[in-house]
Amino acid sequence: MPLDLSPIWISLETSVTATAITLVFGIAVAIWRANRRGPGPALLDGVFLLPLVLPPTVVGFLLLLLFGRNGPLGRLLLHFGATVVFSWPATVIASAVVSFPLMYLSVRAALEQVDAHLLQAARTLGASEWRVFRRIALPLAWPGILAGTVLAFARALGEFGATLMLAGSIPGRTQTIPIAIYFAVEANDLHQAVAWSLIDIFISLAMIAGMYYWTHLQNPARPRWRRASESER
Amino acid sequence: MALEVQFEKHLAAYNLNVEFSCDADSLAVLGPSGAGKSMTLRCIAGLERPDRGRIALNDRVLFDSSKKIDLPSRARRIGLLFQNYALFPHLTVAENISFGLDALPPAERAARAKQRIAQARLAGLENRSPRELSGGEQQRVALARALAVEPEALLLDEPLSALDTHLRSQIERQLIDSLAAFRRPALFVTHNMEEAYRIATNLVVLTKGRVAAHGPKDEIFRHPPNLEVALLTGLKNFSRAKQISADTVEALDWNCTLRVSQPISPAPAYVGIRAHYVDFLEAASCVSSSANVFPCWLVRASETPFGITLYLRLHNPPGATGEHHLQAELFKEKWLRMREHPQPWHVQLSAESLMVLPE
Repeated sequence: MPLDLSPIWISLETSVTATAITLVFGIAVAIWRANRRGPGPALLDGVFLLPLVLPPTVVGFLLLLLFGRNGPLGRLLLHFGATVVFSWPATVIASAVVSFPLMYLSVRAALEQVDAHLLQAARTLGASEWRVFRRIALPLAWPGILAGTVLAFARALGEFGATLMLAGSIPGRTQTIPIAIYFAVEANDLHQAVAWSLIDIFISLAMIAGMYYWTHLQNPARPRWRRASESER
Repeated sequence: MALEVQFEKHLAAYNLNVEFSCDADSLAVLGPSGAGKSMTLRCIAGLERPDRGRIALNDRVLFDSSKKIDLPSRARRIGLLFQNYALFPHLTVAENISFGLDALPPAERAARAKQRIAQARLAGLENRSPRELSGGEQQRVALARALAVEPEALLLDEPLSALDTHLRSQIERQLIDSLAAFRRPALFVTHNMEEAYRIATNLVVLTKGRVAAHGPKDEIFRHPPNLEVALLTGLKNFSRAKQISADTVEALDWNCTLRVSQPISPAPAYVGIRAHYVDFLEAASCVSSSANVFPCWLVRASETPFGITLYLRLHNPPGATGEHHLQAELFKEKWLRMREHPQPWHVQLSAESLMVLPE
């Protein structure tokens, strides 16, 4: 039987979209959080990190309650004639929610590592907060943010439990590679399972290696020890 | 043209409570570490918010707690030179210097940056990364970057402390020239009293968050208002004192009576003399006729390349404890002559050099 290749595209599209969403939200929440102290934001931190600790099936079940026909968000969306459950957006939502903590943690750590004096120096030079962020904080935190992006992408690509709960396994629509593997094994189709597994390994390796290589090209100063020894005159 | 500062800020260790002003003559803020010097600069630059008070620059109110005015740093037009220079490591020298000029059209921006680079004698280094520069070059970039936006006042936080000693005097010279050319209020923080004296015209002495002295530097070095300020300005010799008559005090720790020329009021708590002003009489003839002359013995000496510090004991030879009363600084030649003479030597604490310090 010829292999239906749609899970590859669904997996890639889902992971890329989910990673883009977590990147924007991860940075936004990390900035919001950076200037706040107290029990409220700390509790919210716990909520943000919950998907990392909970089993993906629990996350998927909670999302199902939220987006289902009787869930608060599901009803709201139904108002506009949209249903999320068992659709492609559901795979994106599941992947984004599950990979968000990795992105958020990485971005936060990367932004916190930027020397506060540099941001203050930029402010005394008349820079607006947006300019301070775009020209100083973001470029200096970029390697850390990129590492978080790689992690989040890998997590999204491997997402299984929450996706199955919220999006099901509809071939050509919501069936991603991990789900295709699961159903191939369940159907005792080991050849197909092995094929999908190899494809998955190949994609993951290629994406992560490519991303690191690209980071290196973008920012050759990253391995500092090498640069330092070069500049010794 | 002036920067007027008056504010209070509660800190963990003490209350920072300062009041001073700075005109176009440069002002040094001198104090031991932890006295609140850097915090004072940060409050003026708008990086920290005081609890109460008012900060104004050329009739522009930057901060006023009673009127709820608190301009953000970017709107204060105050340049700040950080102790570690805070150069943007991902930008080149030229990009660092033109960072604050983004509101200008590109051509003018480039022209201004070029002019600053030339003035700071950084030509040829435009495309270097900050970490490829020497400490002195880094400092020049930081100063050029701060001056490029033409601030109305300049704050410098220990600008020389990150440099090697052999570079310091040269870079200090350049800094003095830059400040002289700036001709706007410049505030310079240091814990080094000689540096403060060399660089600034006026002085604020800060101790534990309070202004202990504020005025022209000569005035403060010559007549420190109290012992704390005297010590911070380098006083090495002091003794508890009691008034005897209109122009004499008893130095309790030195066991002698001293004539002084400074008016003794309020009641003196200490009498002191700077180590450079401790004088030695070489001709024995004038010993009996001069005032404030005492026999002294050498306890120990500490040599520097061109001078020597002598630790002396008054009235009688040092015992086993080796305690000294006075510390004297003199040039090598004088020392070479003096040591030919047998001890005791005769030390003169001239009335004009003695400081009378209230509690």
